[in-house]
Amino acid sequence: MSDKQNNPIAFVADGVIPESPPPARDTGAYKWVRENLFSSVPNSILTLFALALLYSLLSNTVPWMWNGIWTTSSLAECREILQGKSGACFSVLSERWNQLLYGFKYPGDQYWRPNLALVLLLVALAPVLFFDLPRKLLAFTVVYPFLAFWLIWGGTIMVPIVALVGFAVAAVVFQKLGKGSFAAGFFGAIVAALVIWKVGGMLIPEGASESAMLSPVPSRDLGGFMLNMMLGVTCVSLSVPLGIALALGRQSSMPLIKWICVVFIEFVRGVPLITLLFVASVMLSYFFPPDATVDLFLRVVIMITLFSAAYIAEVIRGGLAALPKGQYEAADSLGLDYPQAMRLIILPQALKISIPGIVNVAVGLFKDTTLVSVISMFDMVGMIRGPILASTEWNGVYWELLGFAAALFFVVCYGISQYSQWLERRLATGHR
Amino acid sequence: MKNTVILGALTIAGLSAGAAAAGTLDDVKARGKLNCGVTTGLVGFAAPNASGEWEGFDVAVCRAVAAAVLGDSNAVEFVPTTGKTRFTALASGEIDMLARNTTWTFSRDVDLKFEFTGVNYYDGQGFMVPKELGVSSAKELDGATVCIQTGTTTELNLADFFRSNNISYEPVPIETNAEAQQQYLAGACDVYTTDASGLAATRATFESPDAHTLLPEIISKEPLGPLVRHGDHAWGDVVRWTLNALISAEELGVTSANIGEMAAGTTNPEINRLLGSEGTLGEMLGLSADWGKNAIAAGGNYGEVFADNIGEATPIGLARGLNAQWTKGGLLYSPPFR
Amino acid sequence: MSTLTDPPQEQFRLSMLVNDTRYRSLTFQAIAALVLALAIWYLGNNLIQNLRAAGLNISYNFLGDRSGYDIAQRLVEYDSQSSHARAAVVGILNTLLVAFLACITATIFGVIAGVLRLSNNWLVSKLMAVYVEIFRNIPVLIWIIIIFTIMTAVMPGPREFRGADPSASMVFDLFAFTNRGVYTPMPLFANGLFASAALNWLLVLAVLVGSFFVMRKVNANATQKQEETGIRPNTLYIGLAVWIIPVVVLMLIMGLTWEVPELKGFNFKGGIKIGGPLIALWFALSIYTGAFIAENVRAGIQAISKGQTEAAAALGMRPGRIMNLVVLPQALRVIIPPLISNFLNITKNSSLAIAVGYADITATLGGVTLNQTGRAIECVLLLMLFYLTASLLISMVMNVYNSSVKLKER
Repeated sequence: MSDKQNNPIAFVADGVIPESPPPARDTGAYKWVRENLFSSVPNSILTLFALALLYSLLSNTVPWMWNGIWTTSSLAECREILQGKSGACFSVLSERWNQLLYGFKYPGDQYWRPNLALVLLLVALAPVLFFDLPRKLLAFTVVYPFLAFWLIWGGTIMVPIVALVGFAVAAVVFQKLGKGSFAAGFFGAIVAALVIWKVGGMLIPEGASESAMLSPVPSRDLGGFMLNMMLGVTCVSLSVPLGIALALGRQSSMPLIKWICVVFIEFVRGVPLITLLFVASVMLSYFFPPDATVDLFLRVVIMITLFSAAYIAEVIRGGLAALPKGQYEAADSLGLDYPQAMRLIILPQALKISIPGIVNVAVGLFKDTTLVSVISMFDMVGMIRGPILASTEWNGVYWELLGFAAALFFVVCYGISQYSQWLERRLATGHR
Repeated sequence: MKNTVILGALTIAGLSAGAAAAGTLDDVKARGKLNCGVTTGLVGFAAPNASGEWEGFDVAVCRAVAAAVLGDSNAVEFVPTTGKTRFTALASGEIDMLARNTTWTFSRDVDLKFEFTGVNYYDGQGFMVPKELGVSSAKELDGATVCIQTGTTTELNLADFFRSNNISYEPVPIETNAEAQQQYLAGACDVYTTDASGLAATRATFESPDAHTLLPEIISKEPLGPLVRHGDHAWGDVVRWTLNALISAEELGVTSANIGEMAAGTTNPEINRLLGSEGTLGEMLGLSADWGKNAIAAGGNYGEVFADNIGEATPIGLARGLNAQWTKGGLLYSPPFR
Repeated sequence: MSTLTDPPQEQFRLSMLVNDTRYRSLTFQAIAALVLALAIWYLGNNLIQNLRAAGLNISYNFLGDRSGYDIAQRLVEYDSQSSHARAAVVGILNTLLVAFLACITATIFGVIAGVLRLSNNWLVSKLMAVYVEIFRNIPVLIWIIIIFTIMTAVMPGPREFRGADPSASMVFDLFAFTNRGVYTPMPLFANGLFASAALNWLLVLAVLVGSFFVMRKVNANATQKQEETGIRPNTLYIGLAVWIIPVVVLMLIMGLTWEVPELKGFNFKGGIKIGGPLIALWFALSIYTGAFIAENVRAGIQAISKGQTEAAAALGMRPGRIMNLVVLPQALRVIIPPLISNFLNITKNSSLAIAVGYADITATLGGVTLNQTGRAIECVLLLMLFYLTASLLISMVMNVYNSSVKLKER
């Protein structure tokens, strides 16, 4: 060993070659570009093609947006300022901002009401969406629907209070009677609620709405993005319980109930939403008692709720099927009856698995609320296609309006789907 | 009925409203509001303005009826309807009257069980073409692509016209006026067809209205008027005579400017009967004595309504034409008030 | 010693209907049947009363009446003298046409985007992610309107082809891209063997079907050879010959000529026209649904364990063959069930044709016919019946296919 040091040989190195930096092609940005963009000939072609596409897109839209004009009061004025340059007339957004968001009929001095309802919605949703938050916040979630109803429609506060009291009494009755038998509690609760509403309805003085703190707004006056949000939130929250009932019904061992649920679900999933909206707008009024007319908003809510309930039922059915059979058997062996087993063992697990699916249905449903523009409701798309584009000032400004609508929907839907993915990851770790 | 309303209000979140049991007139009075069906947006006839107020020629009829019945021309709830939903909305009682450029035809009157209460606008289907096309008659349109705004009887008239002249065309039916305009302006259609009044209204919103011309052919008769449900004659009479009151007022020279002094009493007995200072016409209709005065005061007489909304001084710029008084060579002829 | 005796026959008591699980389900079903019957009676009774009050009746006689309107896009003979029923048929065929075309292109878009999203090219995979997110999160109605607007605003109108110095011109003098649609040359037979053009085309189709069977035989022989010797004979040239020669010979015999579209009067005449509304709806549905399919494809490919790819690579397969022979066949099982529901969605979303003036069933039966006859209830019921039937048929066909590719566990 030591010989080597004593007898230096020409071809044996006697020192450490100083470290040289890695070749330029293997470091930093150069390496990254080579590996990720130009690793092979087809890849390079794809990259160049993608770059060309990006360039042609950006070179058209960036100057157009950069030159955008925000302050004119009509399209003609805007074009005059642009003088043939490529540029957007965003002034349609600033001028019609309130119409796009709230429709053209909602009283202008009352915009704070839907705004407040939206903020409170986020507060109410938080404990539902994030399990870590203190459970006590759920109390606000329970009260929220009544509060939001009062905020948006206004009128006397007695109506939502009586409705809330009805539900509260129903819950108490269910707690008391439901201990003995589920059926007794269930029907007892319904009867109690109906009695409270009937009595409460008589207590509300006539004309209370006119002198109320918040001036009443008829639902026909709702519109714009607010209408999309309201339809989406209302219909999803109503259709979840209905969907659970349908999913359980479809799994039921009772042939008649199973049969009813299957027919309903398959029927609703087989027809487009737009035909159901036609039903709401041209047929449904014939099915209500002759001496009462029901608001178009309510008819649409009914149809969309039925529609999304069928889809949510299928999602929940998937969740029920995914539970191991042992869970059902374990519940049986504990001597739990059907309602108890469902309430305490099966549904909590099945729903947890189904939440991402339900959120996806909710996103789809929220996007589908734009279809109400076809039946002469002035939601965001309806406002654009109707009053705004038909007006003398803004006849012909399509890109700005459609782009704005698209961007708004994108922000909301992308946000929800990111939440869904986050939730999926979180739930996945829980099962490992 | 009140119980149903309140129970309904509570169970289904207060959105249900009672209506239509006995007579529409009583219902309207009890409700204090007139539900009037209009189009979803046609400038000049019925469209919300920038501040969200409905205005237009059809809207004025609604307001006049509201003023006659309730004494308040703002006591109207405007219900936008599409070509699809308008008849159901009326038949199911969602609206009390429909004032939405609807053509009075046999089958609508008889088969669909509606009652047209008169004609507020004599229209006809026309064509609009760009001037640069150099077309001067609809008969030169062989092979053209035609944008149609669907809704009234447009498609049928068009098919009949081209068939009877033995020329071909390609129809592009579009639901909303805004999209039809867009197609037409981009050159995806050579011709745009709908009621001549609608064409004029549409042209008025163009950037350069002068580059487009209306062809002389009017290929159909389109008597447009308000309609109500069949069988409710008391209510039908109210709407019919409100419209007649507007027409008569123009003929008799009653305007919104001089109505105050004329209501005090004039030497012309018909004016007195119309404005309620003589006779009991209002009582016969089930309305107050000054119903006619209120109706006319709401937006002026027929001529004023026309001039304010679609007349030559407005961007829409329609001439009176057929819609002049019979004394001036038009078709407007109100039965006498006696 | 005790003898076995039957347990005493339990007397049936009324309370057992509620408390005994054997009978309780009967009680619940009876209640459900009662509620259902009551609901149907209530709604039906309201309907009858309302109709009577309005003086209307339910009748489908209007279907036989003359429709009186024209339809631009039609696959069968139709004019304004035809009946409303025939207009509905035209609409049904148009719905099926656009749904069929969109299903094919959406699958192509979806597979390309899904595969490219997993590509190791950073830029391309990010672009595809952006495509998927943008299209999935914006309502399809907005997309249809945007694409229709792009189509009308960006493409030239026929009048721009006119004049001495036109601002637009035909591609190769054969194809015209206008905002009314795309015009392509149409093949015609100068001396066809049959008088009617349809029969001539049927003949061509028959020859192609013949080629298909010959080709199957050729492939089967090649496979047999491969199994015997391990070497697959090259069938490319035979294949090309079998596919091309008979058809070309037939076409030459029948005297194939091309009718090229030409600008005459207001429009291009001659050739085949693919209408603007059809293109807009077709493209919008494909690109929108393609984004959903891309996600399914990506999930399907990612569901195949990496071991499969590595095993195939260890056998010495090239990446292309790994994808085709190992990964995709397995991924297909994961991809197909959501693909079925995407196809159903396309069919249902095609009802948004009314936004672009495409004459599908919603625009004919549920649009003009409904407007003109005022028969709202009848039209909407028929409309729902059609979509229900179509959906059930599609899911039936696709489920049969699904069970044929499903993993067969023995």
